[in-house]
Amino acid sequence: MSMAADERNARAPWALTAPALMLFVGVLLIPLAMTVMLSFHDWGQYKGIEPVFILKNWHEIATDPYYAEMFWRTFRIAILTTLLTALLGAPEAYILNRMDGRWKSFFLLVILGPLLISVVARTLGWALLFGGNNGLVNKLLMSAGVIRSPIPFMFTETGMVIALAHVMMPFMVLSVWAALQRLDPQIENAAMSLGAGPVTIIRRIIMPQIMPGVLSGAIIVFSLSASAFATPAIIGGRRLKVAATLAYDEFLNTLNWPLGAAVATLLLVALVLIVVGSNALIERRYAEVFR
Amino acid sequence: MAYLELEGVAKQFGAQTVVDDFSLSVGKGEFISFLGPSGCGKTTTLQMIAGFLDPTRGAIRLEGKDLTAIHPAKRGLGIVFQSYALFPHMTAAENVAFGLEMRNVPRAERAERVRDALAMVGLAGYEDRHPRRMSGGQQQRVALARALVIKPSVLLLDEPLSNLDAKLREGMQIELRQIQRTIGTTTILVTHDQNEAMSLSDRIVVMSQGKIEQIGTPQETYEKPASAFVSQFLGKTNDFAATIDRAATPARVIAGSWSAPAPVGLSGPVTVSIRPERIGFGDAGLNATIVTRIFQGNHWLFQCDSECGPAIVIRQNDGERQPAEGEAVHLAWRPEDMSVRGGV
Repeated sequence: MSMAADERNARAPWALTAPALMLFVGVLLIPLAMTVMLSFHDWGQYKGIEPVFILKNWHEIATDPYYAEMFWRTFRIAILTTLLTALLGAPEAYILNRMDGRWKSFFLLVILGPLLISVVARTLGWALLFGGNNGLVNKLLMSAGVIRSPIPFMFTETGMVIALAHVMMPFMVLSVWAALQRLDPQIENAAMSLGAGPVTIIRRIIMPQIMPGVLSGAIIVFSLSASAFATPAIIGGRRLKVAATLAYDEFLNTLNWPLGAAVATLLLVALVLIVVGSNALIERRYAEVFR
Repeated sequence: MAYLELEGVAKQFGAQTVVDDFSLSVGKGEFISFLGPSGCGKTTTLQMIAGFLDPTRGAIRLEGKDLTAIHPAKRGLGIVFQSYALFPHMTAAENVAFGLEMRNVPRAERAERVRDALAMVGLAGYEDRHPRRMSGGQQQRVALARALVIKPSVLLLDEPLSNLDAKLREGMQIELRQIQRTIGTTTILVTHDQNEAMSLSDRIVVMSQGKIEQIGTPQETYEKPASAFVSQFLGKTNDFAATIDRAATPARVIAGSWSAPAPVGLSGPVTVSIRPERIGFGDAGLNATIVTRIFQGNHWLFQCDSECGPAIVIRQNDGERQPAEGEAVHLAWRPEDMSVRGGV
């Protein structure tokens, strides 16, 4: 009798997690497996998709420099976006953390605000600001005397990085903010009492302790930027494709689903490797701070 | 001559006065405790000395120089924080070395002083440990070494022992006292624990609601409390309502069926306070019944119901027969053991 009860107890966790598990398998694992399988299928202009196992798509991606350029651009944009969010987001979080209660909640809302608005709407906003040579940003910069001739923002990597950095900023700020919360509130006073000036305190005491936060924020921002679709699609358009928009075009314009699937799979695998690898590195490097 | 001097120091946050009219002069090498319940202003006072807060009024001087005009980073004080505030990304040795680095002490001398400081607090061999891999007691020692290695003019301790368990705390108290005696650094300890204050300090500053209640040696504050607050806060005490009868000759102080020759000066209703260990069971005295009797190893604790309200009595466990629960007793004490204050 008690054995039956034990058995029932052992089955309970499975029974309880089954709905979530089924959803996970149904909407994530199965489509993912199908996409991977699709990438090995053949495709022709007139014959459509043929369910055979060939390496044609992978061979094409590996040999045609067009794809290499596309992936290189994707990661270059993601890296620059990550750097920009880290450079602006970390100080932003630090300043935010030092503010008084009421201002703190107000500015936190300002920073999180973008998350409440659709990515498409936000990016279209940037498109309006950039808007060719007569865009607001260019006019401002020129009247301020920063630049002499307009900088092309639309359909360029510069514009894409700026728009992406804006979209991703909340993730960096929140991540650094979380690291700052773990700081001993007296740590700056402790450093000061030992004779450290403000710059030394930031460089030697604060920075090393929030670095894990900056890096985990960087991982989030990097992977979201590398797989971003809406922003590159609107700012970059057809002229400046990245991996995500390339896969989209293969699926919906060329109708070469297998090639699109191969691009998507490669992007996924590359991202997983980069994220898992850098996460392991960070955890080893900052073991003492994380513990 | 006063080494560290606080004169009429006050701190206000908005309309709220947290510390008021705080005056104290500390001699060189003295160990002073600021003792009081939380919110009495003791930590605020310490932070003003450290420079993390600016006093609203008053002066703080170190060897005659105005300390408030000096930036906290230049004051050269050693501080041990309640949370220790160690740098978690640095090893024990790097933590201790930080202050020396800021003072541009040459590398070789630095290494030697760090080693000596860690050895002094009993952490030789722990140089390369990170704080998070150390116990609370060890972290506390690193914090102490870090504060002492810069040879501070004053050592400020902000409830440094409150995060340790009782046994460890006792050990650290003894060690702290020994280290302080050896190197002779003027020390100010902030604590809410009267035992800690009494066992460590040369003098205690008892504080309540931002004001100094009494400054004195541990014995003075315990035996001759200046106010009801001090006598209540420093250990257990019995307060009995009594009257002084000046009509009798000689004048007598009377509490229930207990009476003694009255001290000069006071008359009418007074409060008599006696420490529980100074009360004995006699043939005559205040009528009382034992409510509970608690055995505590080296002593007995009696809770009594007396004519003048509840009373506690502590008797040494000296092998004598002790009254049982429910027994009627007479509480008696020597007049010199009580303090008499005007009013009830």
